[in-house]
Amino acid sequence: MSRTYAPRLSRRLGNAAFLVFACAATAVALIALFAILWALVKQGVEGLNLQVFTQSTPAPGSEGGLLNAILGSIMMSTLGLAGAVFVGVLAGTWLSEYSRNSAYGRVVRFVNDVLLSAPSILIGLFIYGIMVAPMKGFSGYAGAAALGLIAAPVITRTTEDVLRLQPISLREASVALGAPVWRTILQVIWRSAKAGMLTGALLAFARISGETAPLLFTALNNQFLSLDMSKPTANLPVVIFQFALSAYDDWRRLAWAGALLIAAAVLTVTVIARILAREPKRS
Amino acid sequence: MTAAQAIDVAAAPPRPVARGAFLDRAFEWLCFGAASLLLTALAGVVISLAIGGWPALAKFGPTFFVSATWDPVAEVYGAAGAVVGTLVTSALALLIALPLALGVAIFLVELCPTVLRRPIGTAVELLAGIPSIVYGMWGLFVFAPWFAKHVQMPVMMAAPPGTVWEKITTGVPNGAGILTASIILAVMILPFIAATLRELLLTVPAQVRESAYGLGSTTFETIRLVSLPYIRTGAVGAVMLGLGRALGETMAVTFIIGNAHGLPTSIFASGSTIASTIANEFAESTGLHSAALIALGLTLFVITFIVLALARALIGRQTHA
Amino acid sequence: MSLMTSDAPETAILDLPADRVKIAIRNLDFFYGQKRALHGVSVGFARNAVTALIGPSGCGKSTLLRTLNRMYSLYPGQKATGEVLLDGDDVLGGRVDLSALRARVGMVFQKPTPFPMSIFDNVAYGVRLYERLPRAELAGRVEESLRRAALWDEVKDKLKESGLSLSGGQQQRLVVARAIAVKPEVLLLDEPASALDPISTARLEETIAELKTDYTVVIVTHNMAQAARLSDHTGFMYLGHLVEFGETDQVFTSPVTTRARDYITGRFG
Repeated sequence: MSRTYAPRLSRRLGNAAFLVFACAATAVALIALFAILWALVKQGVEGLNLQVFTQSTPAPGSEGGLLNAILGSIMMSTLGLAGAVFVGVLAGTWLSEYSRNSAYGRVVRFVNDVLLSAPSILIGLFIYGIMVAPMKGFSGYAGAAALGLIAAPVITRTTEDVLRLQPISLREASVALGAPVWRTILQVIWRSAKAGMLTGALLAFARISGETAPLLFTALNNQFLSLDMSKPTANLPVVIFQFALSAYDDWRRLAWAGALLIAAAVLTVTVIARILAREPKRS
Repeated sequence: MTAAQAIDVAAAPPRPVARGAFLDRAFEWLCFGAASLLLTALAGVVISLAIGGWPALAKFGPTFFVSATWDPVAEVYGAAGAVVGTLVTSALALLIALPLALGVAIFLVELCPTVLRRPIGTAVELLAGIPSIVYGMWGLFVFAPWFAKHVQMPVMMAAPPGTVWEKITTGVPNGAGILTASIILAVMILPFIAATLRELLLTVPAQVRESAYGLGSTTFETIRLVSLPYIRTGAVGAVMLGLGRALGETMAVTFIIGNAHGLPTSIFASGSTIASTIANEFAESTGLHSAALIALGLTLFVITFIVLALARALIGRQTHA
Repeated sequence: MSLMTSDAPETAILDLPADRVKIAIRNLDFFYGQKRALHGVSVGFARNAVTALIGPSGCGKSTLLRTLNRMYSLYPGQKATGEVLLDGDDVLGGRVDLSALRARVGMVFQKPTPFPMSIFDNVAYGVRLYERLPRAELAGRVEESLRRAALWDEVKDKLKESGLSLSGGQQQRLVVARAIAVKPEVLLLDEPASALDPISTARLEETIAELKTDYTVVIVTHNMAQAARLSDHTGFMYLGHLVEFGETDQVFTSPVTTRARDYITGRFG
C-alpha cells in the first residue's frame, strides 16, 4: 500500500506565504523605482527646454536655465576624475603587482575601504579644512578635490580587482623575454585589463556626478557663468538643493529639470559601464 | 672552440641591457607613493576633523555627547539630538529594508524565471544608482504628501488618546519627519543589501541545497534552515554595510527630516541627523558653531568606522579569492 | 663518453664532452620555502640539440626548466643553490643581469599567452626591448621569426589584427616566433603542446624539430611519444632527482635504471 507523503498543511501554507512575500518585496522595490523615475521624468520634462542649456541660473521670478551649473559640474567632475584616475590606477597597480601579501598592503587596502565608505559630507569638511579655510575662499578646485577624493578609492579598488584577474602566465611571458617590470605592467598587463579599468573609471564618474554634500562647502555655488575655478563654481547638485527648497515655482521647476539631467547622466554612464563589463573577450 | 660554437658567438649580436630597466625603481616608487597618498588622505581627514572640532569638545567635554541642546544663539551645543536622530533613522531604515532585501534576493535566486532575471536584477541595481539628491526631492515633493494623506492621518486619527501609541505618533502630518526619512533611507539601502545577499545565496553549494530538497523540505524551509545559516556571517556583514551607508546619507535625509534640533519625540516628529545638521548649518557658521559641527562630523566618522570595521571582519574581502 | 654500467643502478647520467655542452648543471638544489624540490641535479645539455625532460607529475621537470632562465626569481621564497653555467657564464648568482640572461634564454609556456596587441607588435615586443631598429629592418625581423615558427603564411595578411584572434595552435606558434625574434641561444619549452589539439601539436612539433639547427632546445613534456619523436637526449626525473639521462634512443629502448624502465613501460605515472 502506498502512502503519499505530503508536507503538513501548516508547512505548505508557510511556504506559500513566504513565496508571496518574496514576490511582494520585489514588487515593492520595482514600484519604488518606477515611482521615482516617473516623477522624475514627469516633473523634469516640464521644466526642460532649450533655455536650460543656454542660459545661466536666474534670480527668482526671471527666466533662466542651468548652463553655468552644468558647465561647472562637468569641469569639476572631469578634473576630480582625472586626479582620481592618476592616483587610483597607480595605487591599485601597487596593491596588485607589488604587494599582494605584505602587511603594509593590507593596511592600505583597509584604509581604501574606509575612504570608500566614508560619508561624503566628511570628505567635504576635510577639503574645507585644508583648502577653503587656508585660502579663504570657496573654489571649483576645492570642489574638484573633494570629488576626486571620493572617486579615488573606487578606482583603486576596481583597478586592483581587475589586475588581479590577469593570468600570471601573461606576466611571466613578458618577463621571460627580459622585459623590465614597468614595461610588463604598462604594455601588457594594463592593456589586457583596459576594459575593466575603463569600467571602474565610468562607475567612479557616475558616483561623483550624483554627489551633493561634498560640494556644499567646497565649491559652494555661483549665480553666473564663469570658467574660473579658483572662485565659487556653479554646479548642478547645489543649485538643485537651493532651488528645490525655495518657495519659487520657476526655481522649483528648474530644480526638477536639473534632477532629471543628473539622474539621466548617472544612469547612462552606469549602463554603458555595465555593457562594457559584459563584453566578451575575443579568444 | 668548435666550429659550431664560433658561429654561435659570431651570430649573436652584442647584448645591451633592456632599455629602460633603470625605470623600474622609479615606477615602483610612483605606485607606492600613490598608495601611501590614500593613507595620508585618511589620516588627514581624521586629524582635520579632530583639530577642527577640538574647540567644541574642549569647551563642553563629555557632556557634548549627552546633551541634546543645540542653540547657536546661546552658543550651547550638544550632539545627542543629532546622534540619536542618526541612529534611529538608520536603525528604522534597516528594519524596513532588511526583510525586503531578503525577499528580493530570494526572489531573484529561487523564484524568478530565468528570462526575467537580468532585467529585474538590473532594475534593482538602477535603484542603487539614483543620486541621493533625487531621492531627497522625490521624498519631499512626491512621497511626503502621499504619506501624510494616506498613512499619517489615518494612523494619527486611529490612535486612542492617552496611549503610548498616541504619544509616539504625535506631530504635524505634513509627511516630513523621522519615519519618512527612514523609509526613504530604506529604499536607498535596499538595493545594496539585496545585491550582496543575492551574491551570498549563490555561493551556497548546489549539493547542500539539493540535500535539503531531497529530504522533502519546502523552499521556505531550505532557505530558512540551510541557506541562511550557511551565509549567516556574510549576511550580517552585508547588513552592516547597508547600515554604514544609511548612517552617512546626507541629501535624502536633509530634505525630509524636518531639521529640528533636540531629541525626537515621536516617529512623525521632525528631527535631525548629524549629516543633515552639518549640511544645513555649516556654510554660514563661524567660530564655536563651526567647531561643534566638525565635532559632530568626527562623531559620525567614528560611528561609521566602527560599523565598517565590523562589517569587514564578518564579510572578509569577497572579491578576493 | 662514460656510461655507468652495473645491474639496475640508482641513477645513470650520460656525460657529454665539454665542447658539446651548452648548459652545465652541477649539484642543483631548489627550494620552495622550506620544501626541497630538486636534489643535487648534475647534467649537461647539448648545444644545437633537443633535450627532453620527462617524468610523472611533480617530479621537478618544470622546476628545473625554470631555473635555467631564473624565472623563479620573480617569487620571493623560491631559491636555487648549486651551479648552472650557460657557455661558462654563471646563471644563478646574485650579480647576474636577469634581463640579459632572459635575452639569451627564451621560454614558451604551457598555455599560449599572446599579448593584447597586434600580431606584429607581439613579435616585435621582445625586439623593441633591446634594439631600436628602423621600420624596414624590424618588419624583416618579424617576418623572419614568423617564418621560422611556420606561421608566416597564415598571418602575413593580417599582421595588424590582435594576437588573441588566432586559434590556440597559432597562438602558441606566435609565442614561439616572439621568443625567437630576440635571437636567443636557448629555447625552453614547458609542455608547449599540452593545451593544443593533435593537428596543432603536430605542426608545433615540426617547428621545434627545425629549430634545433640554430638553438639549443630543452623541452618538458609529459607525452613520452613526443619526447621520443623530437629529442636527441632525454632526462627522466622522479621526485626531484634526475634519475636517468642519455641519448633518446637508448633511454627509450633500453633504460638502464629500474625506475626509468618502470615509467617508460607504463608501470606508473
